Amino acid sequence: MQQFEERPLLKVEHLTKQYGPGCVECSRPGRPGLNKNYCPSCGTVYACSDVSLDVYPGEILGIVGESGSGKSTLMQCLYFDQDVTSGTLTIDDPELAGENLFDVSSQRKRYIRNHKYGMVYQNPVRGLRMDFSSISNIAEKQIAAGGRHVGNMQSAGERLLDVVSIPLFRMKEEPRNFSGGMQQRVQIAKALSNDPPILFLDEVTTGLDLSVQAAVIDLIKQIQRDLGISMIVVSHDLAVIRMLADRTLVMLNGRVIESGLTDQILEDPNHAYTQQLVYSLL
Amino acid sequence: MVMLEVKDFGKRFTSHHLNTTRKAVEGIGFSLGQGGFIGIVGKSGSGKSTILKSIYRTYLPDEGEIWFDSERFGRIDLLKAEERQIIWLRKHEIGYVSQFLNVMPRTTARELVEQALLGMGESPEAAKVQAEHSLRHFDLDERLWDTFPNTFSGGEKLRLNIAIATVKKPRLLLLDEPTASLDYQSKLKVREVIEKLKADGTTLVGIFHDLEFMEGLCDCVYDMNEKALRGMPEVQR
Repeated sequence: MQQFEERPLLKVEHLTKQYGPGCVECSRPGRPGLNKNYCPSCGTVYACSDVSLDVYPGEILGIVGESGSGKSTLMQCLYFDQDVTSGTLTIDDPELAGENLFDVSSQRKRYIRNHKYGMVYQNPVRGLRMDFSSISNIAEKQIAAGGRHVGNMQSAGERLLDVVSIPLFRMKEEPRNFSGGMQQRVQIAKALSNDPPILFLDEVTTGLDLSVQAAVIDLIKQIQRDLGISMIVVSHDLAVIRMLADRTLVMLNGRVIESGLTDQILEDPNHAYTQQLVYSLL
Repeated sequence: MVMLEVKDFGKRFTSHHLNTTRKAVEGIGFSLGQGGFIGIVGKSGSGKSTILKSIYRTYLPDEGEIWFDSERFGRIDLLKAEERQIIWLRKHEIGYVSQFLNVMPRTTARELVEQALLGMGESPEAAKVQAEHSLRHFDLDERLWDTFPNTFSGGEKLRLNIAIATVKKPRLLLLDEPTASLDYQSKLKVREVIEKLKADGTTLVGIFHDLEFMEGLCDCVYDMNEKALRGMPEVQR
């Protein structure tokens, strides 16, 4: 069998994020004594335990799991919003080759964030400045990524707002005047404004009504197709994952309990929790 | 040349909640040359779809081997292939048609066919030309091309489904009861389509519940009861 010569763009190995000091009880391999992700003897919470994943160029990787399973913590660790306890992150990029990006300086992390990453949070308040105009929100990220030419930045910003279907006559308006769906789309435009090779999407359709949800999904799919951006999509909505992701990881209590092709996870789930999740689908 | 070889294949389903394990199929084996067409016959629940879904890796089988002659990877065991390889094969070499059209909402028929081609790396211009050709080939009314398929009739949905699966010119096409809900006229159209594919050298594995439809189309059938290949059975009229 011929090997598939394909290298992951982003590779995470053994990521662990714990809140608390840990003790003898919960430091043993496999952490057998935990109650869910909580150590009863020292009170440490293991939000992510030994998570490993690969994202390939142009791929959408889905992550599903119930509330508290560690999905968002994982995303925030990858986006450097939080420090990890242990683990490695590598990105296949000549500028970043061979480095564990969890260990680099905060300036370097900021550089990666500004030049390699886009992030769309579940709550637009986290990703946008609600009292800046929409176009300025985009400009903020463009400047962070090294943009200096106002004319170029403005035209690129207008193009992005057009891609996400925000009417240009409203581009000088603050996102706080916008509906939830519009805010989410401005956030996506902002996340794309530095041409990132990697985009993180955290529950982006949660709380949106069905038609707006469909528009956001269309947009994500279109971006993947046209720009070939690699994405990690976190959602508890299996329908969203089914539409978007090629491969899916299932998380429970901070661990990846099952992974596979998305249709395989949905039609032939093997772990008890995944079965419960899939069989609960209406 | 052997295109597909299934060896001692078996699949169990375990339900953790009911604490049961059910054997869907076991001891399945057959092989199929390029351009061949095997029909799988057997009563409902005998595991026909399980075989197709396992070839497509929607199911993760636990016994046996399924060897496929891939253009990209050479001879490859689909049960052990990496997920990324399967994704590649699905985009380029293996098509799957079920009786349901399961696609992105609010996407027109034309876009759906084009996207299959864009996914393979075709240019937008080439995708447009080939998509139109395919939609015309499968007799989908031109007025439907730019509408959403949720308003299509069963036969139209199916022909669109086949167009999406075949526009990539897959080496292997899996047909999971594509004619189940169709009237006689629509079945004839599907039959024509399959004859065309076969003439083009596509290798096919299909499940159909009416034997009459398969007559003269399949080279042989795999009987789930006897677990053996045999010639087309006589149709009782």
